[in-house]
Amino acid sequence: MQRKEIVNGIRIGIPIALGYFAVAFSLGIIAKQAGLTAAIGFVSSFFTRASAGEYGVYTLVAAQAAYVEIVAMCLVVNLRYMLMSAALSQKIAPGTSWIHRVLMACCVTDEIFGISIARLDYCPPAYTYSAALISTLFWASGCAAGIVAGGMLPTNIVAALSVALYGMFLAIIMPPARDNRYVLYAVVASFVLSGACSIAPVVSSWSSGTRTIVLTIVISAVVAWLKPIEVEESHG
Amino acid sequence: MDKQSIIVCILLAIITTNLIRVLPMLLIKGQIKNRFLRSFLYYVPYVTLAVMTFPSMIQTTMSPLSGTVALMVGIIAAWRRMGLFPVAAICCAIVYLMDSLILTSL
Repeated sequence: MQRKEIVNGIRIGIPIALGYFAVAFSLGIIAKQAGLTAAIGFVSSFFTRASAGEYGVYTLVAAQAAYVEIVAMCLVVNLRYMLMSAALSQKIAPGTSWIHRVLMACCVTDEIFGISIARLDYCPPAYTYSAALISTLFWASGCAAGIVAGGMLPTNIVAALSVALYGMFLAIIMPPARDNRYVLYAVVASFVLSGACSIAPVVSSWSSGTRTIVLTIVISAVVAWLKPIEVEESHG
Repeated sequence: MDKQSIIVCILLAIITTNLIRVLPMLLIKGQIKNRFLRSFLYYVPYVTLAVMTFPSMIQTTMSPLSGTVALMVGIIAAWRRMGLFPVAAICCAIVYLMDSLILTSL
């Protein structure tokens, strides 16, 4: 059972890992400008695993920012992980030890969260760990490779690789949207409002991390209020 | 920035980012009973991923047109349950081909 979950986790982790490598590679190009060596970039990416968060940190390091700004940036840009972690806490079987809870929380990235939450019943820790481990290794290697070889790739290839991540996001959100009308409404509302907020006055001057947090809270709350999910008694 | 300050920055980032992940997990014991809260947490992942995808996806490509086409085709491919890697690969291929075409035609 455990072994099967490890295999399943690796299988679903490989496409994520390939996408991560491509995205981390372009992140490495920025990390290099901030003065990171390949070794530091590898360690940093291995333990942080946050695309937007790392991007923010490296640009701050490049701009000689204060330590306080680094912490503030991490808090704001990664606040969605707090929401995801809270959601993931509901997918862990009751009675699971706190060590597993902490480790599974540390695994949370947009994609690892997506595949863990997509499990029909409770998510087994082994599944999350194996998917997280393989994708994190590629993420950290991609960042190190970007630092070493970033300048060598033509910009059109880097630009093409950078949409891999968004393709993965679509693959995570569209199938549930097809099955559940209200998820579909939520996704459409998110696209429309996110697009509107990127050009609207005032709001468009916020960082994209802040906009993501505000829009996520507002849209999710409104949809949850309009269409609460059915609460299954068996899990209660 | 000197190497030591860079390492301090990286350590701060690692600690902060992982604390954000771990705190809710430690604070929320067992299943949440509140129906609104459960529903809210149910919708959060889809909303946050959708918000992050658009309009960023059409802003990272060299021409907005290639990003838009990749988004459309990506949505259709994902709707047809083609899986993470195929959808991502299709999007990359479209952007690469279209950007190359647009750049050479200019």
